[in-house]
Amino acid sequence: MFKVLERIFRDKIAAESISLKGSARFRGRLTGTAAADMLPQCQAVCPVGAFQVQDGDYQIDYRKCIFCGKCTDICAAAVLKEGIQADNLLHCSNEDAMPYLVAAGKEVLAEVLHQKLGRSLHVRHLDAGSCNACDFEMGAMSNPYYDLHRYGVAFAASPRHADLLMVTGVVTRNLEQALRMSYEAMPEPKLVMACGACAAGGETYGDTYAVLGGADKIVPVDIYVPGCPPRPPAMIAGLLAAADMLADRMK
Amino acid sequence: MDKLISPESLLAAAEQVYAQGQHPLTAMFGRDETAQGAGYAIYCCFELPEKKDICVVKAAFEPEGSLSYPSLTHAIPAAAWYEREIKDMFGLTAEGHPDLRPLVLHESYPEDFYPLRKSVRVNAKVRGERQFKMRTAKGQGLFEVPVGPIHAGIIEPGHFRFSQAGESMLQLDAKLFFTHRGLEKAVEGKTPAEALHIVERICGACSIANTWSFCQAAEKIAGAAVPRRAEIIRTLLSELERITNHVGDLGNMPAGVGFNPAISLGSRLKEQLMRLCEGIAGNRFLRGMIVPGGVRQDITQELIEEIHSTLDDVAEGVEDLAAMFREQENFQNRIRTTGIVRTKTAKDLAMVGVGARASGYAHDSRSDFAYGIYPELDFKPYTKTMGDVAARLLVRIGELSASFEMADKLLEMLENCQGMPLCADVEYCGGEAWGISESPRGSNFHFLALDGAGRIDRLFVRSASYPNWPALTIAVQGDIIPDFPLINKSFELCYACIDR
Repeated sequence: MFKVLERIFRDKIAAESISLKGSARFRGRLTGTAAADMLPQCQAVCPVGAFQVQDGDYQIDYRKCIFCGKCTDICAAAVLKEGIQADNLLHCSNEDAMPYLVAAGKEVLAEVLHQKLGRSLHVRHLDAGSCNACDFEMGAMSNPYYDLHRYGVAFAASPRHADLLMVTGVVTRNLEQALRMSYEAMPEPKLVMACGACAAGGETYGDTYAVLGGADKIVPVDIYVPGCPPRPPAMIAGLLAAADMLADRMK
Repeated sequence: MDKLISPESLLAAAEQVYAQGQHPLTAMFGRDETAQGAGYAIYCCFELPEKKDICVVKAAFEPEGSLSYPSLTHAIPAAAWYEREIKDMFGLTAEGHPDLRPLVLHESYPEDFYPLRKSVRVNAKVRGERQFKMRTAKGQGLFEVPVGPIHAGIIEPGHFRFSQAGESMLQLDAKLFFTHRGLEKAVEGKTPAEALHIVERICGACSIANTWSFCQAAEKIAGAAVPRRAEIIRTLLSELERITNHVGDLGNMPAGVGFNPAISLGSRLKEQLMRLCEGIAGNRFLRGMIVPGGVRQDITQELIEEIHSTLDDVAEGVEDLAAMFREQENFQNRIRTTGIVRTKTAKDLAMVGVGARASGYAHDSRSDFAYGIYPELDFKPYTKTMGDVAARLLVRIGELSASFEMADKLLEMLENCQGMPLCADVEYCGGEAWGISESPRGSNFHFLALDGAGRIDRLFVRSASYPNWPALTIAVQGDIIPDFPLINKSFELCYACIDR
């Protein structure tokens, strides 16, 4: 008993301010430019159809993107082969792609992280067919580094106690009913977050006999968080924006 | 192919290779070869540890012939789930199977829908109804406790039906495969490189094990030689994945009894490891590292130093955590003699990984097979004999120190082979092969068959949790229901990778 207490006191406070920047190699939001003849190749190599070419430029559908880096790899390979100097070549930055508010039609701003107090949000997690990476990251939000509780966000054991349904995974046939029933069991006002590329875009594995697609095929989605899986900071930014949305709806 | 036989003689042939359990059943799966002018086939893969090899017995069905075969389950209990899955996926019936309820496909699928047949389109959205009855015990005073598929915590979906005699669990039936995404069908027709992102996302926690087994199989077919530096990096990543998962489990098991200081320390250590993984791979689950032919990114000198320093910190933390566990008597009270799996049961069910090794069954692909750099590392499986929650905890702690040592050796090897190539060219041709690697949860087996154009004709994935799930339902019998979360966590079985 005494040893346990001693060990607890030895640790300093680990909670830190949330950074939306990953390590140097982290594959986050895409940035830079690619030669016009490379764009169609990037589009072809994208396994989930997130890379779209429009009017000689590219657009990334961050709902679908799994941040695999295949598009940036072929651009880098082409440059290497031709031996030309390319400034600001298409690459993954180490910044998280930000959560997106569907009704407002815009991304969440990083400032959302600065206002910490005066919010409350109860979250029910629902795995609708994920690979468990998003779920592990959701668990990680409660570790001492991110300490989700300090923001007034808590996980509820039942959808009846929840303000927000946090859906992960492509919705499978075997879980369709569970998703519908959980949504229906929630009291108004209620929000739905599609967390990660599977729930948000639904294209990770393509269309199979066993999946129905993204969460918005079954329930209305209010906010989606890109990433495969999203890092905990991006999830937290999404949750705080959702808490603000909820407060607006209660007015 | 080691043995090609008719379905009628499958039982006799399988029993002969099985040799009363000396050669455990690693996997069993169906295949549709009608496109090649043949019929359906069933593959049984047995492990031959003395030869560090796998013996494949293939039963080929006549085209248009009978679709039944004698069940192996009475002779080889580990076959029970595989035969149910083959029925669901291909409609091949194991005659004499004690429990032929559906396994993978739940109520919304029609009775005669067999998705892995080639005649079914990948995106066939056929609706229907089928029965899925839960198994319960009946008797005076007995009652049922249904739990799931959506649980109170952040856990994957599964439905558990406990048959209770007071507080004691008399019987547990688990309905799983809720996250079945049809991945084995989804990769068909793709090249291994195109399918890689799907294989990497079968399961979040074992991305490295799944991609490694898959790439091994693809490389065997293509006859590609993986450069040494890539093999070292793969082995190192595999150990890092094990360390991350084991440390996560050490922090998660105390959550089964509400031992908060240990949860907090464990999750803090895990976060340090996840950040290390992000530094190496650009993804916290080590995605985007292993590719057919080698690895995609190098581990630089800078990263080697970062790995050293993080692992030193974590090793120290694990020692503290182990000391906490040892000295907290009420924790010891909860974990000792709880959730016992006996050695005989472990062998009968062909258990793998921590679950097997904690029950005195020294099963570990790192020593049973020669792959990666493991033959050079002089590795021996770490076992305990009690088979309870405490044994599974101690096996993890023991394996962690072995992994820390191996990581040190691997980092030294990396420093001695700077600048060597990372990836070989892979030219695919037709053929079939298996790949195996030891994931944090146990052996991870992939069987891959490519057609003449180098596209996937069949991929079968047997993750470590597959053979261990039935053992969990046996381990809980007689224990009290509040111990279920603890026993469950001690196995740390994954749903996503069995469901696929």
